[in-house]
Amino acid sequence: MTATLLSAKSLSVRFGGVLAVNNVSFDVKQGEVFTLIGPNGAGKTTVFNLISRIYTPTTGEINYLGPKGLVKLTGQAPQDVAALGIARTFQNIELFEHASVLHNLLIGRHTHRQTGFWQDILFTAAAREAELQSREKAEEVIDFLNLQHYRDTFVVGLPYGVRKVVEMARALCTEPKLLLLDEPSSGLNVEETDDMAFWIQDIQQELGISVLMVEHDMGLVSKVSDRVLAMNQGEVLAMGTPREVQSDAGVIEAYLGSLDDVSSLRRPAGASPHSSAGGAV
Amino acid sequence: MRFIFKTDYRQDLELAKHGGHRFWYSVLLLLLLAAPWLFTEYWLAQLTFVLIYSIAALGIMLLAGFTGLFSLGHAAFLGVGAYTQSVLTNAGVPFPFALAGAGALSAAVGWVVGLPALRVKGIYLGMATLSFGFIVEEVLARWESVTGGNAGIHIKKPDVFGWVLETEIEFYFLCLVITVVSTLGILNLLRAPTGRAFVAIRDSEISAQSMGIHLARYKTLSFAISAALAGVAGALYAHKLQFISPDQFNILQSIDLLLMIVIGGLGSVHGAFLGAIFLITMPQLISMVKDYLPAVVGQAPGLQGLVYGLVLIAFVLFEPMGLYGRWLKVRTYFEMFPFYRKGMFKRQKSFQKSDRLK
Repeated sequence: MTATLLSAKSLSVRFGGVLAVNNVSFDVKQGEVFTLIGPNGAGKTTVFNLISRIYTPTTGEINYLGPKGLVKLTGQAPQDVAALGIARTFQNIELFEHASVLHNLLIGRHTHRQTGFWQDILFTAAAREAELQSREKAEEVIDFLNLQHYRDTFVVGLPYGVRKVVEMARALCTEPKLLLLDEPSSGLNVEETDDMAFWIQDIQQELGISVLMVEHDMGLVSKVSDRVLAMNQGEVLAMGTPREVQSDAGVIEAYLGSLDDVSSLRRPAGASPHSSAGGAV
Repeated sequence: MRFIFKTDYRQDLELAKHGGHRFWYSVLLLLLLAAPWLFTEYWLAQLTFVLIYSIAALGIMLLAGFTGLFSLGHAAFLGVGAYTQSVLTNAGVPFPFALAGAGALSAAVGWVVGLPALRVKGIYLGMATLSFGFIVEEVLARWESVTGGNAGIHIKKPDVFGWVLETEIEFYFLCLVITVVSTLGILNLLRAPTGRAFVAIRDSEISAQSMGIHLARYKTLSFAISAALAGVAGALYAHKLQFISPDQFNILQSIDLLLMIVIGGLGSVHGAFLGAIFLITMPQLISMVKDYLPAVVGQAPGLQGLVYGLVLIAFVLFEPMGLYGRWLKVRTYFEMFPFYRKGMFKRQKSFQKSDRLK
């Protein structure tokens, strides 16, 4: 039985009159790929923003097994989350656009900085050494995700698909224990989505990083996920393996509507399908 | 076209990336060292002003160009530095200590002014800093026991532990040393984690935060460094003019300072220097050309303001990357001749960002 890395207990968030997340609980175990699915507005990204502390839950708490034991994540400041080993990407890519790819990755090394302000401004031998170490780590990630070609390119000139990978690379540069991916495949073509699936599997298996992701592409979800949590309107619908969740009646209803809804659309029995067509053949 | 063959990560850490850099910056430095014997006294004085404004420009460049925070009241930091220097020097404090005091007090004030920057952004930060500028100008005018009020204050010659810098040439070298040291400091910061954190805040606060960057700490730090440099520039400015009064640190000065870096090219250290050169030489050029213009135009009041305005509009429309951007394009054109094409530096429209988190 592997240890629980992150555990969310009865999370609720209220924005004015909107209950964006309602009593959601789940556990992410060490080394697993855990996926949140659900229709638009289900509250998936809100859950992400709760974990990265951009929002504070109205009720409930998140506990996380950090490098120094269990911490209550909901009591941390947003900028301290990264140092605990949680890195994230954003749904609509938030890269540092007027900087090179390498520069972006080096910013990802911020939590590992060893030098202070005065060492930086004098660029002492220690600062130089720390820079070289950061660079080596960044190069490892560049090799891992095949970004060599784009190393010195400015992000502002990169195509969307590459930006997605760069953002993931930047998150990996923080050397996380838990990686939060917000729709890693959105805007990617089929081939790029396949690459993304491989990389997520590599991240899980080679680097041993647990992944929590939000994703709509069910092909990708069933390929890489160990467990899936389906949400709708801020509430948990189902949790289990991808197969179990996909066959859950509640999930099907949320995505496709219930049988009752469909039957109300049916024409009354006996009516000819062409009767309203005005006799046109 | 130059291709740099990289074999070591250390190469990327060097300030001079290749032989060409080393050669041309050495030439520049030699030229600056020889300047007192190459230029007339008048132009040496102008060059001294360029150096002084470059120091201030470096500070604002760090704040606006690299951290993305605009200050419309930067002349206030210049004023705090100038007055601190005057008061301390006149009290007999040696120049290095007085300068350190001027920088430190400006930095402290900058830190305090940086606090609202944690809450307000863009135009609202501009308004906050603008009103701060007015407050400081008013304080300098009203606090007569210290500042001498609107009558202004005279400042003694800089005194470095008994060595009084009497001549223009000595003062020029003092400014040169301080400029070089400040430039190296800023360049060092920019290649280290601190500078990268500033750039991260400029481009995306939300993801800077999720990378572990303490927004409040780095924003106030940026304000403090920027104000310290403005304070040092103000101190030298006071020594250069030997007489300061509150109206030298009004809103027009603040706008000049901001104009300088926008025209120089936001987000580049070169831009700070090019902007300073522009700001100092432009009035000279205008007064030279004045004589050849018809009297109605040439003698009209506000000609300088008009030209500044037109130049700024022209830059915003045609060359948002400023003088440095123009230089980059010209250089690339010659390096790649005949393969340069027009759209090479065109900025792509950025993709939609997640506005709801801001």
